[in-house]
Amino acid sequence: MITVIAFYLFATFTVTSALLVIFARNPVHSVLWLIVAFFNAAGLMLLLGAEFIAMLIVIVYVGAVAVLFLFIVMMLNVDFAALRSGFTRNLPFGILIALVLLAEMIIAIAAHKAGPVTAGLTPNMVNPQPNIVALGELLYTRFLMPFELAGLILLVAMIGAIVLTHRSRGDARGQNISRQVDRKSSEAVRNMQPQSGEGMTL
Amino acid sequence: MIGLTHYLAVAAILFTIGVLGIFLNRKNIILMLMAIELILLAVNINLVAFSAYLGDLTGQVFAMFVLTVAAAEAAIGLAILVIFFRRRGSIAVDDVNRMRG
Repeated sequence: MITVIAFYLFATFTVTSALLVIFARNPVHSVLWLIVAFFNAAGLMLLLGAEFIAMLIVIVYVGAVAVLFLFIVMMLNVDFAALRSGFTRNLPFGILIALVLLAEMIIAIAAHKAGPVTAGLTPNMVNPQPNIVALGELLYTRFLMPFELAGLILLVAMIGAIVLTHRSRGDARGQNISRQVDRKSSEAVRNMQPQSGEGMTL
Repeated sequence: MIGLTHYLAVAAILFTIGVLGIFLNRKNIILMLMAIELILLAVNINLVAFSAYLGDLTGQVFAMFVLTVAAAEAAIGLAILVIFFRRRGSIAVDDVNRMRG
């Protein structure tokens, strides 16, 4: 019973906050609703017994992606009111497309029982291992190659983002390493023998 | 009892909301990126639901890969957005005509 209540709670909150992401006037509010949607989706994953994915969604989506969006929205001084001008013009057509898409998918879901996919009525959670242990064993044996490629994708994305947004400033004084290495003591040090009371020239 | 169909329905609704968001906010590219994140979240819910109900962990592994790609896509997309804003001072998608594509 409690799982049924939890499912409907999480599902309702996910769908409602996803709608508010799209319809919110202020983009900062959109990002905040996106965070609510991610948290409730993580709750749905927990109900399915996928604890690791749930925590990953909280860490990656909420902790990294949503905060990145928040940074960008607040950093760029954009006139968001002007960007909403086509909103009502697109509304009827967009809702028509969305309804057609939704109807198609609901029909597909209703028809999937007729196909070869015969899923059980209850989640198959008789694994003797905890979810994260089973996932780790799978990830480091059978899916080792895709796992490494995923790391490579993240590396490329990181370098790409740095290269794209980096700009060299003219007034910044960087380090010239070869010049530093080439310095000799004869150009750097001078022997002085100042008379008393005269002081030094530097 | 909550069956697989319930989770699939939630994922379908979430996917549709994402597509609707792309249609409605045709000018605001930040909201379009957020709608793409919603779509990928719906895909993840689908993968994890099938994984749980079929008793096969492969779905969860692929949900992780989808998560990776979503994070990379958000980073690159927002970086492109930042340099575009620096050049043009706006983020309207209609202004993206520099390459005359």
